[in-house]
Amino acid sequence: MNEVLEKIRAEAIARIDAARDMSSLNDIRVAILGKKGELTSVMKSLRDLPPEERPSFGKNVNIVRDEISQRLDSMKAELAKKAREVQLANETIDVTLPPKKMTYGHRHPNNIALGEVERIFTGMGYEVVEGPEVEFDYYNFEALNIPANHPAKDEQDTFYITKDMLLRTQTSGVQVHTMEHQPLPIRMIAPGRVFRADELDATHSPNFHQVEGLVVDRNVTFADLKGTLEVFAKKLFGEDTRVKFRPHHFPFTEPSAEMDVTCFKCGGKGCRMCKGEGWIEILGCGMVHPHVLEMCSIDPNEYQGFAFGVGLERIAMLKYEIDDMHLLYENDVRFLKQF
Amino acid sequence: MRTSLKWIKALVPGIKDVGPQEYLDTMTLAGQKGEYYVELNKNLEKIVVGKVLSVEKHPDADKLVICQVDVGQEAPVQIVTGAPNVFEGAVVPVVLDGGKVAGGHDGSAPPENGIKIKKGKLRGVESFGMMCSIEELGSSRNFYPEAPEDGIYIFSGRDDIKPGDDAVAALGLDDAVIEYEITSNRVDCFSIIGIAREAAVAFNTGFMPPVVEATGNSEDVNDYVSVEVRDADLCPRFTARMVKNVKIGPSPDWMQRRLAAQGIRPINNIVDITNYVMEEFGQPMHAYDLSTIRGSKIIVRRADDGEKFVTLDGQERDLDSDMLMICDAEGPIGIGGIMGGENSMITGQADTVLFEAANFNGTNVRLSGKRLGMHTDAQAKFEKGLDPNNAEDAINRACQLVEMLGCGEVVGGMVDVYPVKKESWTVPFEPERINKLLGTSLTADEMLDILKRLELTYDEETGLLHIPTFRQDLLATCDIAEEVARFFGYANVPSTLPDSGATAGGLPFDLRVQDLARDVAEFCGYSEAMTFSFESPKVFDMLRLDADDPLRSAITIANPQGEDYSIMRTLPVSGMLTTLARNYNRRNKEAKLYEMAKVYLPKTLPLTEYPDERVMFTLGFYGDGDFFTLKGAVEEFLDKAGIKRKRDYDPNAGKNFLHPGRQANILLGDEILGYLGEVHPDVCDSYDLGTRAYIAVIDMAAVDKYASFDRHFSGIAKYPAVTRDISMVVNKKTLAGSIEHVIEKNGGSILESYELFDIYEGEQIGLGFRSLAYSLTFRSKERTLEDKEVNAAMDKILKGLGELGIALRE
Repeated sequence: MNEVLEKIRAEAIARIDAARDMSSLNDIRVAILGKKGELTSVMKSLRDLPPEERPSFGKNVNIVRDEISQRLDSMKAELAKKAREVQLANETIDVTLPPKKMTYGHRHPNNIALGEVERIFTGMGYEVVEGPEVEFDYYNFEALNIPANHPAKDEQDTFYITKDMLLRTQTSGVQVHTMEHQPLPIRMIAPGRVFRADELDATHSPNFHQVEGLVVDRNVTFADLKGTLEVFAKKLFGEDTRVKFRPHHFPFTEPSAEMDVTCFKCGGKGCRMCKGEGWIEILGCGMVHPHVLEMCSIDPNEYQGFAFGVGLERIAMLKYEIDDMHLLYENDVRFLKQF
Repeated sequence: MRTSLKWIKALVPGIKDVGPQEYLDTMTLAGQKGEYYVELNKNLEKIVVGKVLSVEKHPDADKLVICQVDVGQEAPVQIVTGAPNVFEGAVVPVVLDGGKVAGGHDGSAPPENGIKIKKGKLRGVESFGMMCSIEELGSSRNFYPEAPEDGIYIFSGRDDIKPGDDAVAALGLDDAVIEYEITSNRVDCFSIIGIAREAAVAFNTGFMPPVVEATGNSEDVNDYVSVEVRDADLCPRFTARMVKNVKIGPSPDWMQRRLAAQGIRPINNIVDITNYVMEEFGQPMHAYDLSTIRGSKIIVRRADDGEKFVTLDGQERDLDSDMLMICDAEGPIGIGGIMGGENSMITGQADTVLFEAANFNGTNVRLSGKRLGMHTDAQAKFEKGLDPNNAEDAINRACQLVEMLGCGEVVGGMVDVYPVKKESWTVPFEPERINKLLGTSLTADEMLDILKRLELTYDEETGLLHIPTFRQDLLATCDIAEEVARFFGYANVPSTLPDSGATAGGLPFDLRVQDLARDVAEFCGYSEAMTFSFESPKVFDMLRLDADDPLRSAITIANPQGEDYSIMRTLPVSGMLTTLARNYNRRNKEAKLYEMAKVYLPKTLPLTEYPDERVMFTLGFYGDGDFFTLKGAVEEFLDKAGIKRKRDYDPNAGKNFLHPGRQANILLGDEILGYLGEVHPDVCDSYDLGTRAYIAVIDMAAVDKYASFDRHFSGIAKYPAVTRDISMVVNKKTLAGSIEHVIEKNGGSILESYELFDIYEGEQIGLGFRSLAYSLTFRSKERTLEDKEVNAAMDKILKGLGELGIALRE
């Protein structure tokens, strides 16, 4: 009887080893281990054996069954592995072919720049506020210490609607609105559209944007103004940026200053962008003039503040190296998609 | 404002060795911003004074001569020249071998790096340098009127120079001209004295202004001439002095050189003196030929409306009653602060000259000049509002110069009409407040040191600072703080951050919704555009708006830049269409754009209160896509804005600029959130947009009412869904939206979703009809649905559809 078993075992192993695919392995399993398989039949013949031989024979059948089973499993795993390898090899692609385009739109460079400015200042606890573009003369000029017939009114080439209303020439009027309505202390920036009667050319536009900043509190100093704008410049133009404050004059701040930053293209050595100077003028700023505080019913003996104003187009044009203002308002998709 | 650096150095000797760049940088940091400088001796090298010892004919050239020139070396040098005006004994500028001159003889634009001069042979004769014309030295006859029109420059009457001396210095070209940006509050700095005073403080060195001494003979000018000021509001002060026996001639070299460096052409001694004083003191002056002043009387009065007057440039000017005239007994002789008249001009024949140094109302001068279309140097100074106390020093300085130059006999006394004298005022000295404002810790003495050098005086007893009248910008402690900071150095003020308590900060809700709209638009492939707020009133016709459309009521700009920019837009469509057309005509295959911008809706016209400035979110495109592409972007935004309610699309939007069959209002209940549609082909034609285009306009203020950033998790369905498909044939006029309304209304709480999965139009269905097929999904959150529940819901839906006359398709 054991010879029969041995034969089944040897033949089965040989067939398994010779198998080249899953279906022949399955055939082998059915032919040997299936309900009508060879080993199953041998097992069924157990009852023909004398009782004393049955245990040892049964045990031998099980050993052979286990061995064949294991052989089948390992062969199956081996074949599966080979099949996967073939599949992967066949599925190789040319990864250098062009991608399938995502048609994501692009933000206007002015607003990319504005987004950066807003992130910097909101991070320092500033609130973003807005004000009207069609404005009263009072808010655009008078409350900012620019009385009637002040030459600054001419310099700014104002578009008038009526004698009392105009298109704001600066976002500084939002300072006044904010001080009139908001509780103290104030920390705000006010981005927005402004208008001046400049012809549209490579560096001017009659319709452009500014970002105003205002801080009012009991102990805010000119030193704080310097420190704040220094942080701003470094975050906007890079940590290596250095700043320079030059005395200047604005009717609504005193002391006043203009801030230059080291040219972020050449690092201050002098290049075409900074016209060889190494420095680029970025913004005007100063300590809020006590008259302005008074006109907003804030006691200048108790409170002081600083304010600044940045040209958004100027920042965008410098930062993204845009050499012509026209581009910002033409909205050619070939321009916009570069941002 | 520009100044000769040499002239400044004459008043501030302590900076004599400072170069132009260092000077410019220091002045800029102190507040008088130097824009740039020009060195007058640029590219002038190895140029010395030479004396021509002999002139011989060139053997081989008729037009050349051979000169032996003493240039201060052991032996004379030989120079061959074609200049017609050399003669034996002439003293000339000579550039030696290896030197450089600025430009060519013809005075054309000089080359960047000048012209190198080397020894060479001219027609076989050796020449070791070149004698120079004024043009070759980088200047012109404008500033050196004594230079010949054609030929080399010849020094005359100069006992102070000898062969071998630096000719550049002898010509006064060893100078640099600084151009400043002076801020409008610093009227005093539109003068040499004002700038020099700043320079002395900035460099911490002494200031030596000219000392003006009393002059004049024993006579009194008031016996010769009288002045009556009728409009003192426009002329706070009028001073006059007189010079007899005038000898008109050229002014001395040093004065001509200073004027030339300031960019002023020397004319004659009297005119040069008035210009010199104007530069030095910043006080414009005028010189009259006294013999032309009728009745020896000057009357200062407003002009009459319609009065005419010929200014000294020969132009006839139309006057009005807000302009100030200087008149004599019979009529006008000058426009106050702007320009004198032709009739009282100084000519070579003048024997008696009357100097005027007056003070005029700056605003009036500015406005008058604007109306006259004039812009003179005097006007530019007066319109800033000059210090009337400066006029007296200026006129006395002019008389002092007359005596110094020996060009006339100064008559004693001064006519001075000065009814209200401008007095010095005081500002309390508050060192602690200054430190508190600046964030510094300077001592009172450190501050006073700066302030005293600026000619403020401090009264220790009262604690008051007395402000000199020329510093009309110093009115309060903050102004004093700026003076302290400027000269302490802005760079030396520490950099700190405000240490006050935290503030809330951040973006307000409407700006957050706007940012979200931008994000969604960009995700959907739209790029951001920016167009102007103003446009032409013609756009209303281009957009086919009805004659009585309220959107035609626009804010009009009183002084626009042409009609195209003359009104504030009331709808954002035109900007978008213009932009799309521009892209189309530039052959961009596709353009998908959006803009977040305001429209300006007046509440009343003419405007008396703030208009309604509404932010509109406009999407527009041409190229790949259709109405539904745009609707998809709109829906995506409204979903992301947290608006859960279904939006209705009403085809009766009534927009004349959109396709009549392809437009819709976007509704949320009764509220119109905006509209969208295909652009009307006539409108496309008007905008030269040769393709179908689509546009959506969303009113952000309306969206803000329903938008929310709140989100609540509602669980994930655990029980299986039941799906039922229905198909129906309907009249084409029946809107899918109305069917969906029935489905939503009647589906009950177990209706989870529905989806239109097929639309069919064709022969089998018949003209005017279409087939719509919906897939409905039912699900309960609590249990597995039973058939009968779903059937009940379906029955209700079918019943509702039946009421619309719709039956299911077999």
